[in-house]
Amino acid sequence: MKLEVGYIDIKGIRFGDYNAVEDGILIVNPEPLLEPVLEDPLIKSAHFEIATPGESIRITPVKDVIEPRVKVEGSGGVFPGMISKVNTVGSGKTHVLRGMAVVTAGPIVGFQEGIIDMTGVGADYTPFSKLHNLVLVMEPVDNFKQHEYEAAARLAGLRTAVAIGELARDLVPDETVIYETPTVAETFKEEWKHLPRVGYVMMLQSQGLLHDTYVYGVDAKRTLSTMISATEVMDGAIVSGNCVSACDKNTTYHHQNNPVIHDLLAVHGKKINFVGTIITNENVYLDDKIRSSDWTSKMASYLSLDAAIISQEGFGNPDTDLIMNCTKLEKQGIKTVIITDEYAGQDGKSQSLADADELANAVVTGGNANEVVILPPLDRVIGTLDYVDTVAGGHAGSLRPDGSIEAELQIITGATNEMGFNRMSAR
Amino acid sequence: MSKFKVVHYINQFFGQVGGEEMAHIPAEKRKGPAGPGLAFTKQFKDEAEIVATIVCGDSWFNENLEVATKTVLDMVREESPDLFIAGPAFNAGRYGVACGTICDAVKTELGIPVLTGMYVENPGADMFRTKVLIISTANNAGGMRKAVPAMAKLALKLVKGERIGASVEDGYIPDGVRRNFFDKKRGSTRALEMLLKKIAGKPFETEYPMPTFDRVPPMPAIVDMTKANIAIVTSGGIVPKGNPDRIESSSASKYGSYNIEGVDDLTSETFETAHGGHDPVYANEDADRVIPVDVLRQYEKEGKIGKLHDWFYSTTGNGTAVASAKKYAAEIAEKLHSYEVDAVILTST
Repeated sequence: MKLEVGYIDIKGIRFGDYNAVEDGILIVNPEPLLEPVLEDPLIKSAHFEIATPGESIRITPVKDVIEPRVKVEGSGGVFPGMISKVNTVGSGKTHVLRGMAVVTAGPIVGFQEGIIDMTGVGADYTPFSKLHNLVLVMEPVDNFKQHEYEAAARLAGLRTAVAIGELARDLVPDETVIYETPTVAETFKEEWKHLPRVGYVMMLQSQGLLHDTYVYGVDAKRTLSTMISATEVMDGAIVSGNCVSACDKNTTYHHQNNPVIHDLLAVHGKKINFVGTIITNENVYLDDKIRSSDWTSKMASYLSLDAAIISQEGFGNPDTDLIMNCTKLEKQGIKTVIITDEYAGQDGKSQSLADADELANAVVTGGNANEVVILPPLDRVIGTLDYVDTVAGGHAGSLRPDGSIEAELQIITGATNEMGFNRMSAR
Repeated sequence: MSKFKVVHYINQFFGQVGGEEMAHIPAEKRKGPAGPGLAFTKQFKDEAEIVATIVCGDSWFNENLEVATKTVLDMVREESPDLFIAGPAFNAGRYGVACGTICDAVKTELGIPVLTGMYVENPGADMFRTKVLIISTANNAGGMRKAVPAMAKLALKLVKGERIGASVEDGYIPDGVRRNFFDKKRGSTRALEMLLKKIAGKPFETEYPMPTFDRVPPMPAIVDMTKANIAIVTSGGIVPKGNPDRIESSSASKYGSYNIEGVDDLTSETFETAHGGHDPVYANEDADRVIPVDVLRQYEKEGKIGKLHDWFYSTTGNGTAVASAKKYAAEIAEKLHSYEVDAVILTST
């Protein structure tokens, strides 16, 4: 598949009385954008706020982060099966509003949602502090069911991102990059014969309820391991529906900008032969784990891979899936590197993973999620601080009287990402 | 600002007393820096000074471990220093063990920061790396020029109470504590580079060496269950109501042994869970859901099993360190052996 991605750099966001992107500035007129959001009977109220890098702003509880994109040419539309019709994406031309994101936030009671600080220590740990964020703050009606409200909030964010993305349809990109993925036959061509055949195994969180990922609109826990083109992922074929710990859940933005995919494509045809991407789920039952990891290894063997990078999402229970995927590939002679993160305790002295195997001898870590961090008080809060003590990473007394927060890194959105999005590591 | 006071420990060789032939000399204290201490002094600049140097023979220290440790400890104490450094010992085995031993003693007894330096394969490194920080050095004294600045830098951090970095940043031998740091490249790029090395058969360094899991093959099946003595052991935290041993809800520091002679059924009045890692409602309603005493009594009466052991053993698995769990298991196993238990039902939550 061949996808031309046109990046339009966003340098700022401001409110106005129309919606447009002018000279790299996104102008937002809230009313027409909020109308479809408020049509949902589960959403009581919604409004937008703007957060700029370096501002003294804390956004919490953060549910998802989404990059606005629009399909300009080629079949399908962004977020197929979820917002656009289910038709195949990944070919043609897509425009991206780069340097910004739509962030969904607001009281999402009992879920494991996160914090994005736009300045200070916390900002160092989250990639989203570097973006111009249009924050959609929502409030649910009384007496809602959590998983139903999660779906409503998820769709509201995606719809908003699509509407913003639409503003970029006719713009001239600041940079254009062409991404191309080969067919299986092409991967055997003569000039690539000397290159190692490398695959990417992308594990999708599917421990649900509330721990879910959607592929073309399908709940990943009801899928068998399968293949997807890197360019389909860029067009939003994979969407987050996750309420796991904020630090190592893959937001929709992470999927759209998957760093493993981008790094592999960058050296494809030069240092490696990037044969393809396998997606596989992380269900809770043992039978599912065995079936999915068996299937992954069957496909890796079918593709005649020499090596693969495996990325994880979440921790604890999915560590089992990670080790199964790794060992089953290694036992077939397929060399692996796994990307994970650690729960080594606040003192860093405990065993980091819930499962281990000596065949997993090449590990990249996103850091110890239990490490305690103190976030300074910031001037403005978008959302509410009401849940800081109760979300994963917080504890009773996390929110201190002066407005500072003492919590584990777990609480920061994207801090220990297991696609290798960040520079953080541990030793 | 006054300088931090440092006491430095070196062996007879670096104290310029002599080589192996002088390794028998007992500890002596000199005023000010000596040997490698002069290089440390340069690195410390105005921030710290070596007030005393203890020179000690490697053989004397290792052959009189207890006396030697006490002698050196007293010498250090007299100076009331802010910081203690030893070595670097490079690959000298007895010197390394002496450095580790005395650093550990000073840290424990005097409560001041300590630091030493060794080659990673020095036996002292393996013995002491989780107890005291050890800067990773070359395997011979040729590495002094690199070792001293690294040791001085970390020593100053320690004495000032600054946060120490990850082992790769500050150059010490991994001490079993995982510390975060910002690497130069993002994780995906590090993964790709590691994979390319692995494919090419070149050496690569994992960011997290896998712990060795202790996998135990199961015992052969019991041939005749009607004669078997069956015990229950659980990490589900079931305890008599009121948790008499105060077993922690997370990261348990103990386990309990509880008598169930004559108990046919666990009820919400008699038993509960101490476990903090799961919703306790159903376990508290009926603890048989976690340890099946009721069913096993039934089986005992029907003659399906020989006997339900009179005691059950319980701790909370939630956040409990593997090292603690191993210790409890060893003790419990001994008790089970002494009661001639044939099989155990292990339950978790």
